[in-house]
Amino acid sequence: MKIDFVLNEEEVSVDVEHSKRLLDVLREDLHQISVKEGCGEGECGSCSVLMDGRLVNSCLIAMANVEGCHITTLEGYRNSKRFEAIKKGFEKSGSVQCGFCTPGFVLAAEALLSENPDPSAAEVMKGIEGNLCRCTGYHMIVAGILEAKEIGKGLW
Amino acid sequence: MNKISESIKRYDFEDKIHGKAVYTPDYHPEGMIYAKTFRSKVSRAKILSIQIPSLPADYFIVDHRDIPAKNVIPVVFDDQPVFAVNEVNYIGEPILLVAGPEKSVILEIMNKINVEYQTIQPILNIEEAESCSAPFIFKEQPHFVHYEYHKGNFEDSVKRAKRVISDEFKTGYQEQAYLETQSILATYDGDTICIQGSMQCPYYIVESLEVVLGWDRSRIRVIQMPTGGAFGGKEDFPSIPGVHAALAAIKSKRPVQLVYERQEDIQCSTKRHPSIIQIKSFLDENEEIIARDIEVKLDGGAYAGLSSVVLQRTIFSVAGCYNVENLFVRGTAYATNNVVSGAFRGFGGPQAFYAIEMHMENIAMQLRTDPIQLRRKYFVKQGDTSSTQGKFHDPIVLDLITDEVITLSDFKSKRSRFESEKLKGIGCSVFFHGCGFTGAGEAELIKPKVRLKKLKSEVEIFISNTEIGQGVLTTMRKIVSSALGIPIEHVHHNYPNSHDCPDSGPTVASRTVLIVGRLLQDCATEMKKRWNEESFEIIQNYAYPSHLSWDNQTFKGNAYPDYSWGANVVEVEINADTYEVDVKGIWAVYDIGTPIDEKIVKGQIEGGIVQGLGYATSEVLETKNGKLSQDTFTTYIIPSSLDIPPIFSKLVENPSTMGPFGARGLGEIPLVGIAPALASAVQQAIGKRITKIPITPEDILKEVQL
Repeated sequence: MKIDFVLNEEEVSVDVEHSKRLLDVLREDLHQISVKEGCGEGECGSCSVLMDGRLVNSCLIAMANVEGCHITTLEGYRNSKRFEAIKKGFEKSGSVQCGFCTPGFVLAAEALLSENPDPSAAEVMKGIEGNLCRCTGYHMIVAGILEAKEIGKGLW
Repeated sequence: MNKISESIKRYDFEDKIHGKAVYTPDYHPEGMIYAKTFRSKVSRAKILSIQIPSLPADYFIVDHRDIPAKNVIPVVFDDQPVFAVNEVNYIGEPILLVAGPEKSVILEIMNKINVEYQTIQPILNIEEAESCSAPFIFKEQPHFVHYEYHKGNFEDSVKRAKRVISDEFKTGYQEQAYLETQSILATYDGDTICIQGSMQCPYYIVESLEVVLGWDRSRIRVIQMPTGGAFGGKEDFPSIPGVHAALAAIKSKRPVQLVYERQEDIQCSTKRHPSIIQIKSFLDENEEIIARDIEVKLDGGAYAGLSSVVLQRTIFSVAGCYNVENLFVRGTAYATNNVVSGAFRGFGGPQAFYAIEMHMENIAMQLRTDPIQLRRKYFVKQGDTSSTQGKFHDPIVLDLITDEVITLSDFKSKRSRFESEKLKGIGCSVFFHGCGFTGAGEAELIKPKVRLKKLKSEVEIFISNTEIGQGVLTTMRKIVSSALGIPIEHVHHNYPNSHDCPDSGPTVASRTVLIVGRLLQDCATEMKKRWNEESFEIIQNYAYPSHLSWDNQTFKGNAYPDYSWGANVVEVEINADTYEVDVKGIWAVYDIGTPIDEKIVKGQIEGGIVQGLGYATSEVLETKNGKLSQDTFTTYIIPSSLDIPPIFSKLVENPSTMGPFGARGLGEIPLVGIAPALASAVQQAIGKRITKIPITPEDILKEVQL
């Protein structure tokens, strides 16, 4: 069936099964390669996207629920000023190693900072609990988000 | 601080932060089809028949009949088939592939395949393997390998002993849990097979394809794609999906993508070896430890894989950082009908140091002495010999490392305070990691070779070592540009391609900076002398250092070319209601020589520590009738951000004489010492001994209720 939604501020229309996962539509039909599949069951957050501004695991979203929604992937978000702040924070703090979880963490940081522009380290730890990273041990990601909040003061 | 240690921006950062790095599952060349592996559902059986449904057009079955040369994945022993033929030996063993354009159709075909098995009594753990009789899994014996070595005069020392302190420790499986599952893309142009994928060791796949296809190396090309974590899990294992995808591409004449789902990946890929380790220390009338008798048993799973090498590292490490002159050490890697055990960061070290460090704690407890003082008394130092009688040529600064970690963590006052504070504890561990291949392996097995090319003012690095998140695309540039004294922007380095990168060895064993980095530094030093020449290249081969020696038959000599050293302290509090271990802090001090990039080093340290934390606590992975019970991220629990304590790490300065700019190996050592420090802390908190990992709330509840 035909489903219309907004992807990164552009209207898109896809003809797919109701039950198809948003993750597959984004990767296979719309070439959003920043959206990664890590576990397929909503545990790892590698497939995180913003759905009407909320952080969701796109592997758990059936296309039937996407009609009329605004979906943001890193492909769209990376053109924003807020992304630049997160990028600088992550660079400074060594938040990226293998990079597979990185797009999910960038969007998790956006969701967190847009909810709470001045989080404490503990609030950041809590805010990224849905995203798994096996490389860094998390502290350097938390530091990256805390840097980003300073660099991007006033953006959120 | 050495100038090279100053952090710079990683060269893989831009692609990764923008989400533009193309990982294997992101790449869809024209005409690409998918493949999926059909696997054994039983742990041990004869295959009586396989019924395949009729296939729609454009769909293919690939099995052992499609193999042009040998049905074997070459690792150390050639016992593992590419596809099972007459028998299966573990749940998840590959039998055939289904390939075609639509994933859903592939699944429909898989569901209609019917295998008739005649089951054989499986061997399900170390204990069963020890007592099993025929039919054996591997040759006519219950194990893949059994090793023994002696040091000093063990027999006489035992006779002199007045007291014996014995322990038995058990450690569990651990899954690497890289975020990107095993992923391979194979393309065949009618002449050359090209494998692109997520991997640590491109040349392992080259060698496997040579054996399986029987083709000349000139027709085989292996290229690493950006790789979403590895941790040992992409050392030898990718040869299997690599060969599978290659066979499918050759048969279908289409590019073939083979990407595992998470559950399949956990069920079928290699794991850290479960172990049982028994240690007996013999003490004389002055309560001096005069001898040790150590037995190591590993569950190797159904095929030999890297078990022999993992076992060697376990038995060479299991004497710990201590100079006990008389040793009898033996180890056995058993064959069982479990998933194949293999490489995982630490490679036998975490099991060994868990056992020896917990044993030292027990001796201190029995002798009513301070556990740190006891350790210090036996610390190895420069000029001493290792457990395998190799002389330690370089300064060893274990006292300094220990002083630092004790001070940083306020260990002494907490340790005494927690004696009277319920459910609180603090523990310490001291450990090393041998860097590089075992013994003379670098010279005799790996024979690493690097290539450095100059074209006008630009220099390019050609090595087979992979960027798996540890920063090799940055650290190697730093080494070369520093040695040449040129701006780093003029040094180029890409993901390896076997077509133009010589075999500089696998990206394993904490060897890349130490061995390959040093070869590149030597190339660059040579290149600098000829800098006025416009374009040329230098190829450098590894030479075994003349002051080292190794006998691989008797295990005598320098077990590793170099060593990194460390000490950890872990502080815990046990939740009085849930019995969960709340880790309050981790302190870590290392001698890794000169850090090549401080930020990259910190990332390796913290990431390794957190994997060690998971190994010690939440990462429960057990088999039941040969099947892993935890095979998703819902049931196999790796640490999340909420599980992370504050981590304080520090490096001591003690440059290596071997590595580039004084660097030693780093990748593995941060994982090695966490479990014993944490378990010692739990012991203090509950006042009971801990002899297994992972430590679960159920274990603690049981101990507390006793």
